[in-house]
Amino acid sequence: MVEALQAMLQGLFGPVYPLVWTVLKIVLIIAPLLLGVAYLTFVERKVIGWMQVRIGPNRVGPWGLIQPIADGLKLLLKEVVIPTGADKSVFLLAPMFAFAPALAAWAVIPFTDHLVLADVDASLLYIMSVTSIGVYGIILSGWASNSKYAFLGSMRSAAQMISYEVAMGLALVVVLMVSNSLNLGDIVQGQGKGYFAENGIGFLSWNWLPLLPMFVVYLVAIVAETNRAPFDLAEGESEIVGFHVEYSGMAFAVFFLAEYANMILVSTLTSILFLGGWLSPVGFLPDGIFWLFVKISAVLFIFLWVRATYPRYRYDQIMRLGWKVFIPLCLIWLVVVGCWMMSPLNIWQ
Amino acid sequence: MEFRTFVFFFLSGVLLLAALRVITARNPVHAALYLVLAFFSASGIWMLLQAEFLAMALILVYVGAVMVLFLFVVMMLDINLDRLREGFWSYLPLGSIIALLMVAEMALVLGGRQLGLLESSVRQATTEDSNVQAVGRLLFTDYVYPFELASVILLVGIVAAVALTQREKRKNKAVSPGQQVFVKWKDRVRVLSMPAEKRDN
Repeated sequence: MVEALQAMLQGLFGPVYPLVWTVLKIVLIIAPLLLGVAYLTFVERKVIGWMQVRIGPNRVGPWGLIQPIADGLKLLLKEVVIPTGADKSVFLLAPMFAFAPALAAWAVIPFTDHLVLADVDASLLYIMSVTSIGVYGIILSGWASNSKYAFLGSMRSAAQMISYEVAMGLALVVVLMVSNSLNLGDIVQGQGKGYFAENGIGFLSWNWLPLLPMFVVYLVAIVAETNRAPFDLAEGESEIVGFHVEYSGMAFAVFFLAEYANMILVSTLTSILFLGGWLSPVGFLPDGIFWLFVKISAVLFIFLWVRATYPRYRYDQIMRLGWKVFIPLCLIWLVVVGCWMMSPLNIWQ
Repeated sequence: MEFRTFVFFFLSGVLLLAALRVITARNPVHAALYLVLAFFSASGIWMLLQAEFLAMALILVYVGAVMVLFLFVVMMLDINLDRLREGFWSYLPLGSIIALLMVAEMALVLGGRQLGLLESSVRQATTEDSNVQAVGRLLFTDYVYPFELASVILLVGIVAAVALTQREKRKNKAVSPGQQVFVKWKDRVRVLSMPAEKRDN
C-alpha cells in the first residue's frame, strides 16, 4: 500500500516528489504529537485528580474528553497583551524559540528499527544540540517583557536548565560509551544483546539496570529540564515569579505546548536510551512500536505522579542538587563504567 | 542549478546578512540574536561539507551555552547607546588598523588555494567511519597531548574565574543542608497544653 501511494505521489509531483514525501512524513509525526500534547494535559488533570480523590475535568464532552480542545479554543480567542516598552518582535519570537526545538528533535527519533525520518549517525548529538536551543525561549521572554520580575524569573529558569543540561549530558555520555554509538537505533539494538536477553528476560539487559545511577540522574534531570514540578519555579506565582508572567492568550499557551511537547520528547528519549525502545521486555513476545508507546506512557505517568507527590524545591536547593550531587555522581560513574568496560567483566562487547 | 548549490547559496546569504546585522544592529541583544542566526547558518554550511560533528558541536557549544551566557551579560548591562557613540572618532585609527589586519588575514585564507596553503598532511576522514568516530579517534591518538593541554588550560580558566569572584568571604546566611537534614520537629516546635477556657457569666 505504501509503495502504491509512493508511486502515485511520484506521478503527481514529478521532480519535487522527495520534498512532498518528506513533508508528508513530517506531518505524520507532528500531527499525532500535537494531539498527544493536547491529551497529555487532559490525562494530567484526570490522573492528578484521581490521586487527590477528585474527578478532574468531566463537563465538556463524554468524561470531559473535549476539554483540551475547549481550552485551546479559549486561549486562541484571548487577547495577547504586549506590555508597554516590550520588544515586540522578540516578545513574540520567544515562545516559538521554546516550542520549535521540541518539534525539530523528532526528526531523528526511531520508532522501530526501520521507522525513522532521518537516520543520521550522530542522532544523539543532534538531539542534544537542538534541545539546547530551547533555553533561548526562556531568556528572551524574560528580557523582552520589559519587566524586572519576568527578567529575574528568566535568569533563574535559564540557569536551572543549563545546570541540569550538564548532568543530563554526562548521563548520556555514559550511555553512548556502553553503546559505542551515537545513533539512537544502534543504542536500542545494543540493549537487545547480552546474557539476560538471550535467556528471554530482555528487560534486565536494558541500560537501566547496569547504569542505574545514571538512569535515576537522568529521570530527575529531565523533570528539571522541562520545568516540571517539583522544579517548577516559573509557576510558583505565590512565592516567586516566573519568566512568563507578562504573557497571555496563545503566546502563553505556546510555552505550555512547549513544556508538554518536551515532556513527551524526553520520555521518548528515556525509553530509547534506558528502557530498550521498541524491544519487548520478554522473549516470547514480539518487538514492536507498541512497546515504545507503553514505555513512553509509563515515563509520562511518572512525571504526573511526581507532580502530585512532591512539594516545590527552593531555588538554592535546586542548584545544589544539580551541581553538588548530580554532576559529581555522573563524573564518578563515568570513571566506574570506563574501568568496567576495560576490565574482563565487561558486559558490553 | 543543483539543489545542493541552492542550499549553499541560501545558507551563505543568510550568514552574510546575519553577520552584517551583528555589527549594524543598534540593540546589543538583537546583535547577539543575529550572531546566533549566523552560527546556525554556518553549521548548516558545515553540514553540507559532511562535517556533522563540527556542525553539531558549533550549535551545542556556541549557540546552546556560550551565546546564552553572552545574552545574560548583555541583558544585565545598562547600555546607553548615545554614550557608546561618543568616542567613535578617537577609536577610529585603532579600529581601522585591526580591520585592515583582519582583511589581510582573510585574504590569506581565502586565497589559500592559489598559495598552496590548503594541502595539509592531516588524514582525511574515511567514508565508512562516521565523522564523530574519526574526530574522536584522531583527538585521542595523534593529538592527545595538545587536547589534554587545551583542557588543562580551560580548567585553569575556570578555577581563575571562581577565585576572582570569591576573593572575600561570602556573606551567606544559608544553613548548610547537612544540618537542615538532621533537624527534628522538637528543635523547632513547642507544644503547649492549655486547658479550655470557660466563658465567664
